[in-house]
Amino acid sequence: MNRKQKNVLIRILVAAALLGLLHFLPLDDVWGGWLKFAAYLVPYAVIGWDILRKAWKGILNRQPFDECFLMAVATVGALVLGRLRTGDYAEAVAVMLFYQTGELFQSVAVGKSRRSITALMDIRPDSANLEQPDGTCAEVDPEEVPVGSIIQVKPGERVPVDGRVVEGTSSMDTSALTGESLPRDVRAGDEVLSGCVNLTGLLRVKTTKEAGESAAARVLDMVENASSLKSRSEAFITRFARVYTPAVVFSALALAVLGPVIRLLLGMAPDWGDWLMRALTFLVISCPCALVISIPLTFFAAIGRASRAGVLVKGSNYLEAMAQTRLIAFDKTGTVTQGVFEVAGVHHSELPDEELLELAALAEYHSDHPISLSLRKACSRELDPGRVTDVEEHAGEGVSALVDGRRVCCGNDRMMRRLGVDFTPCSSVGTVVHVSVEGKYCGHILIADKLKPTAREAIDALRRSGVRKSVMLTGDRPAAAEAVARDLGVDELKAGLLPGDKVSAVEALLGEKRPGETVAFVGDGLNDAPVLSRADVGIAMGALGSDAAIEAADIVLMDDDPLKISTAVTLARRCMRIVRENIVFAIGVKLLCLLLSALGFGTMWLAIFADVGVMVLAVLNAIRV
Amino acid sequence: MKKTYRIDVDCANCANKMEEAARRTAGVADATVNFMLLKMTVEFEEGADPKAVMEQVLANCKKVESDCEIML
Repeated sequence: MNRKQKNVLIRILVAAALLGLLHFLPLDDVWGGWLKFAAYLVPYAVIGWDILRKAWKGILNRQPFDECFLMAVATVGALVLGRLRTGDYAEAVAVMLFYQTGELFQSVAVGKSRRSITALMDIRPDSANLEQPDGTCAEVDPEEVPVGSIIQVKPGERVPVDGRVVEGTSSMDTSALTGESLPRDVRAGDEVLSGCVNLTGLLRVKTTKEAGESAAARVLDMVENASSLKSRSEAFITRFARVYTPAVVFSALALAVLGPVIRLLLGMAPDWGDWLMRALTFLVISCPCALVISIPLTFFAAIGRASRAGVLVKGSNYLEAMAQTRLIAFDKTGTVTQGVFEVAGVHHSELPDEELLELAALAEYHSDHPISLSLRKACSRELDPGRVTDVEEHAGEGVSALVDGRRVCCGNDRMMRRLGVDFTPCSSVGTVVHVSVEGKYCGHILIADKLKPTAREAIDALRRSGVRKSVMLTGDRPAAAEAVARDLGVDELKAGLLPGDKVSAVEALLGEKRPGETVAFVGDGLNDAPVLSRADVGIAMGALGSDAAIEAADIVLMDDDPLKISTAVTLARRCMRIVRENIVFAIGVKLLCLLLSALGFGTMWLAIFADVGVMVLAVLNAIRV
Repeated sequence: MKKTYRIDVDCANCANKMEEAARRTAGVADATVNFMLLKMTVEFEEGADPKAVMEQVLANCKKVESDCEIML
């Protein structure tokens, strides 16, 4: 609790004690009841002076319909009624007392959830150890670290700015950025991102970005600005609140005047005081705060929770759209597949697999083609380029080279045919590298883009969460794409697309959606930017590298795991359910209480519950997300 | 030009009122109040002096909600 809150707490306790004391004092008949009236004004003033002052200021500023004004009118009205008729002032004081208690509770609850949610998101590093020219280290603000300087990151510390490791090995906890709990190993040459925690070894890092441009700052910036893009539910509530308060105030006025007038016309006693009480009760219920606070709080909590799971949502409105996703399109390479070519198998080899791989890797040693890179990666033996001479590249076919003095040819079907080598064609999908040594066929190596391990599960999870159609869009050849589509179990496949075709494919889906449904597109963001912005919800994968993705997408999955798509959908649904619950609950209870008090069943206590109780319950529900 | 200011306000409805008041101030192109983060983001009109405009914004906010504060 801060000072302001403690102050209110003390006032509540003092007023409550005074109220209890006055209850037992026999003041009823002293000075015609005026002493009792004056005595009760003391706790009333203690608990309500600031409300009265704010109400007065509101009137001066011609902003009468705020809750302080309403509370002031209601309690002053109750005091006047008490003096004129019942001689009971406790109710007026108690109403003020409970109102203040509720406000205090709300302020504490909101403060608490605000702190707990912002603590979840706090990945901003406090300081950096900047290496000085004399070799020592100085602790500085991350903002003051220039690009290209060397910083040290000790075990247990957060990486302050993005950079590349120049010395040391360690494992990194990237969970703050990606939600991925498995630590990642880094060594010299690897990129490290700010916000990650260094777990084991000392690292020297050459910075590549300023603090403001680094991953941690970008992530925080996105999450913090997320709530400025308001959802339809929030806009609805704001509009509702604007109409609600004046409407209730005018009904209260009507109740106070029309009720007695109608009774008079019917020849009954007008009961002015009774109707006035009902009208005052109305006023207490008229504050829209429960609604106004619980909806943004729910979205805020959901966005915080999502970012913790490695899903960045750029605005409450996208969370809303995400919850309605029924049609989903996604890119193949890099989204459901790993986007890196890997050796998937060695077939029909006359030699031990390892040896065939080594020969191929050596022959292709001097090429930068992705195929050569994956061959080299797959080969576990130390490769000595000195063994390779006389390299010839045959464009569109492959490479031939002398390895240890023997002529090794690596290439596709066409190359084998030209060389007149009798080869075994491959039945699997992927890129095939045939290997021949001295004109004799030795087998082939299959290189394929592998499915991500969770891709299939991700599609299943999406279907379970209510997605009725999944479409894979890819620029890849139909044969390769079909195999992937079959493995995944997607509903439709469109292969051989140019980036422009992807946009029209998504537009076709947009035309297919029914009212209340949205179309999501998931891409890895390199060439998918136009599609990402065209879909209702654009989801970018593994965006820590690509700025284009961050810009164009509405939702960013921090790591490459496609399972996170359904995590995001589920979270969005949950958030929207709580939002709806809160809207229905708060409006429902308020309307019910209004009805009850109009009919004369409502007491001031009920009204206080309708105002403060509903708000507290709505806030508690909101932070459940 | 966009600038973000820390604010202090007690209730969510009051935050909405501040947002309204800030938007209506001359020199402000757009304003959003984030009650959860207690921040106000103001986009100024071209050529407006942020300092002078913000003083007016604060005055207007005080009018609708006397208990609010903007850390300028």
